[in-house]
Amino acid sequence: MLAALIAPVVTRLRYELGFIIALTGVGLSAIVSAWALFHVLDTGTMHYNLGGWAPPVGIEYVVDLISAFVAVIVTSVATLVIIGTRRWADREASDRLGSFYGLVMLLITGLVGMIVTGDLFNLFVFLEISSLAGYSLIFLGGGRAMLAGFRYLILGSIGGLFYMLGVGFLYFSTGTLNMAETQDLLTNDATARSVQAGAAFIFVGLGLKMAIVPLHLWLPDAYTFAPSSVNTLIAPIMTKVGAYAMIRMFLSVFPDGYLKDALPVADALLVLGLIGIIFGSVAAMSQKDIRRMLAYSSISQIALIAVGVGLGTPLGLVAALLHIMNHAVMKATLFMATASVRFSSGITQVSDFSGIGRRMPLTMGSFTLGAIAMVGIPPATGFFSKWYAVQAGIESSQWAVVVVVLASSLLTAVYLFRILESAYLHPLKLEPSHSHENPEEFGETEQKLTFEAAAREAPIDMVVPTVLLGVATVVLGVLNAVIVIHILEPGIA
Amino acid sequence: MIEDIAARFPYWATAVLMVIGLYGMIGKRNLVKKLIGMNIFQSAIILFFIAGSQRDGATLPILLVEDGHILTPVDPELYVNPLPHVLMLTAIVVSVAITGVALAFLVRIYREYQDLDEESLLKKVRQ
Amino acid sequence: MIETYSSTTPLIVVLLPVAAALLVLLTGERFRNVRDSWSTIAALAMVAVVASMLPDVLAGRVPQTTLIELSPGIDIALRADSAGMIFGLLASCLWVLASVYAVGYMRAEHEQKQTRFFTAYALALAAAAGVAFSANLLTFVLFYELLSLVTFPLVTHRETEAAIVAGRKYLAYTLSGGLLLIAATAWVHMLGIDGTFVAGGLLADETISKTTSWALLALLMVGVGVKSAVMPLHGWLPSAMVAPTPVSALLHAVAVVKAGVFGVVRVLVFVFGAELLREMNAWQVIAIFAAATLLIGSILALRHDNLKRRLAYSTISHLSYIVLGVALLGPIALTGALLHIVGHGVTKITLFFVAGAINAQTHKENVSQLDGIGRQMPITMGAFTLAALSMAGIPPFVLFTSKFYLGWGAAEVDQQIFMMIYLISGVLAAGYLFPVVYRAFWKSSTDHMVYGEADMRMVAPLAITGVLALFLGIAPNLPFSFFDLASEVARTAFDQGIPITWGAE
Repeated sequence: MLAALIAPVVTRLRYELGFIIALTGVGLSAIVSAWALFHVLDTGTMHYNLGGWAPPVGIEYVVDLISAFVAVIVTSVATLVIIGTRRWADREASDRLGSFYGLVMLLITGLVGMIVTGDLFNLFVFLEISSLAGYSLIFLGGGRAMLAGFRYLILGSIGGLFYMLGVGFLYFSTGTLNMAETQDLLTNDATARSVQAGAAFIFVGLGLKMAIVPLHLWLPDAYTFAPSSVNTLIAPIMTKVGAYAMIRMFLSVFPDGYLKDALPVADALLVLGLIGIIFGSVAAMSQKDIRRMLAYSSISQIALIAVGVGLGTPLGLVAALLHIMNHAVMKATLFMATASVRFSSGITQVSDFSGIGRRMPLTMGSFTLGAIAMVGIPPATGFFSKWYAVQAGIESSQWAVVVVVLASSLLTAVYLFRILESAYLHPLKLEPSHSHENPEEFGETEQKLTFEAAAREAPIDMVVPTVLLGVATVVLGVLNAVIVIHILEPGIA
Repeated sequence: MIEDIAARFPYWATAVLMVIGLYGMIGKRNLVKKLIGMNIFQSAIILFFIAGSQRDGATLPILLVEDGHILTPVDPELYVNPLPHVLMLTAIVVSVAITGVALAFLVRIYREYQDLDEESLLKKVRQ
Repeated sequence: MIETYSSTTPLIVVLLPVAAALLVLLTGERFRNVRDSWSTIAALAMVAVVASMLPDVLAGRVPQTTLIELSPGIDIALRADSAGMIFGLLASCLWVLASVYAVGYMRAEHEQKQTRFFTAYALALAAAAGVAFSANLLTFVLFYELLSLVTFPLVTHRETEAAIVAGRKYLAYTLSGGLLLIAATAWVHMLGIDGTFVAGGLLADETISKTTSWALLALLMVGVGVKSAVMPLHGWLPSAMVAPTPVSALLHAVAVVKAGVFGVVRVLVFVFGAELLREMNAWQVIAIFAAATLLIGSILALRHDNLKRRLAYSTISHLSYIVLGVALLGPIALTGALLHIVGHGVTKITLFFVAGAINAQTHKENVSQLDGIGRQMPITMGAFTLAALSMAGIPPFVLFTSKFYLGWGAAEVDQQIFMMIYLISGVLAAGYLFPVVYRAFWKSSTDHMVYGEADMRMVAPLAITGVLALFLGIAPNLPFSFFDLASEVARTAFDQGIPITWGAE
């Protein structure tokens, strides 16, 4: 488990080696995370104390079923994405590949660290590590990405600081930074106002990182203008880890029920989540740039996770956790496919997707799988998180949840199927529509790409991860009962 | 009322600083001013932690040892809580890192567009 | 006594068309003849496998395949009970004929992208088989949704503006219906009730509040009502006529709409059950919608000159024959309704086959253009005539037989008004179909082109189905014991036998 942290170490070697080191780092992380998961399934939660200092003096790392689960997802998806976007990385960061992969590794380190830590402040540290890496990676896009990156930096830092402030309040009330101990202490006595304030700040902070409406403003620009190698990596995993942190607060930091009764955090999450689902889907429908569309779509999906958490019941949490996995895989598929399409032909506008289905069958096939999963057609994974969410809604008599979740399926179908329709049913376009791309972004290469010549299937090392991810959306769906029964339900208990 | 404020003066100051910082980050158009706002905000939070670790009449948490004998009293009540200080060191480092990255961003942006005003930048960038 | 035993046969039935789809996809355009034979081979195999389960099912031994657990406590399970067998047999038999027909039509019309077409066609059959043999609500929902998805490329096949718009409408309707089904299924499970279908109603013994049962009924009925084209949910069907005729034949005889009414059977008989529905006084509501659709559909059919549209409205009307029959909550009516599923399938597919053959040969679409066509395409119009007689409910055609039971069933539960409605609709059917026959044979053609029969691959199937429409009326137990299966369903659902068995007619 600790190896999962150390492995993605920052290495600043040059050129081709950069990719290999990165791949090794992430790949190892994935393998170790999987090992950790099985180990935890067998023998129970793992603990590790940094430097040998026992908590609460020292920092403790905890790997339980849920953290192992999320870690496996994050690292596996990251591995596939890094393989798949290697060519983009070459194109976009060719002069500083070493630093690029170094930043990527930092990002993964930060995320994994956030997942396995058992200490509140440590979480902050890793949060900032991953965020900084994220800001820089986005910034690499140049042009509008620079502004988007800067804005993300400002907003993201607010989020991190709010979180830290919240932790401060908690610390001053409980005297400890250790998550488990905080829970113990708070269970006994949690009436202090400062605890409430702490909880509030923590949630605003994490909410911003998670992109819960109305704290989502940084996301659309960031996901749209970041380099393709970056948004494909960030979109599926960064917000998920934020969501995980939120869930961790619910499960292991605050006592059961505190977040529903003493402070209506759960309710706020529920309401904001419902709004977010609708808002995200509706906004996605009117987007012309596919990356922006996927960005708003992500906002909508994260809102679904928020709803699951906000319901506060075990079933709701199952739905939320399952959706963390589902959305990571589904979005990764969609973004990878988008990146492949952009790589082959420079296309970024939805209207330009005409006829692509024939030219890039594997890529668009995977996109189709991802789209079907997003809409929620069984047996793809997306169906099941919605299924559990609907059930949880019925269980708590929250009918709004049922209606909104189902409606979101329809809305998702509208904006995703439009692309499929275009790709498969319309004839191939010969001229790009007016593009909003900043021509300075990639020098002249972008301009020179013509559609006819370039729209071929993407190179194999991009296609394979895309297809793998697409297939995963179906396979994981079929297997979801296994995951739920063995990992999620015991993990929540 | 005045006693309330006086008693909790550090906290109120912190709150005021936070608000100023937030205003800077959101209300100002110039990117550098935003960054400054962020810094103020960060400092405010750091001060909050430090304030929280204060105790009346307490002194620096350093143990004086001579020849195996502990000279200073060992009662924890007499010392300022060192943990938040340590945490804040970390936080300051983080803050420095963020500021550094942000400044690097600003340098790049300026080189590219010769402008650091958010609105006009948006216009330029949209072309 | 019904005894369930474990067997992989139901699964094989579903997988066969999937295999066919893969083979079609891999064979591709270059080896078109090989590619096109996969469908027919698979269809024949499918018939054989389904039929192989028939003796067991009739003897009361039902094969079931349980696949993995899809959600804690709910498995994907396929079960070939008598109701499922009816639908499964109908689908596979008609697929044999439709696959041959489709090849003929697609080639005559020089349609594009035939590989995609036949792949989707096969997958649609797999989904339909899945719907037929679903053992519980969740499995049913799964295959129902897949069916919607897989038929989308078929509807939009021609890729024209109209086709794409029709496809969008289709998907909007069917996916929405699917969502309602999902909600209802989730709800059932949340109540702690097992979703496995039980003849007589899985909800029958459970204690649920009235509002809950009404809500569930509404969700489920609207969900399956979309595919059953009950008004006002029928909007997708006439627009979907823009698809190539093999698709319309498939959508309107075999896969989609029959899946819809089959869903109605499952919902009313296997989820709710007659007793519960009578307690709720719910059947009247359903019956009214069905009766209205029945009549309005027939009346609208009179209006349309475009032959396929006319047939579409006729379909809308006849689907409600079935819905009404089930809603009457009587064993005889139920038998009639199930028989009507088979009979209407065979009859309607004939009519569509003819429409397509005429279109392929002469490029004519409207009834007003069909003067004298009968003399030039005698076999084709002959089949049409047989089917028209069947649709009007003339003995001894199959739709007379089913209507007889439907009418009798209405009388059995003291709802003679519905019997009247059935009769009126029969007259209307004659009204919109007989003129076509008349024009075709008794009037002379206004244009001076000479046409011959269409491609043999189109003519042979339609001739066969036309004759079947007659044959099944005389002997509904040949070749696949449809009548016995239907009465079996009625028996298990109502715990009472039908006071007549075939042969005493």
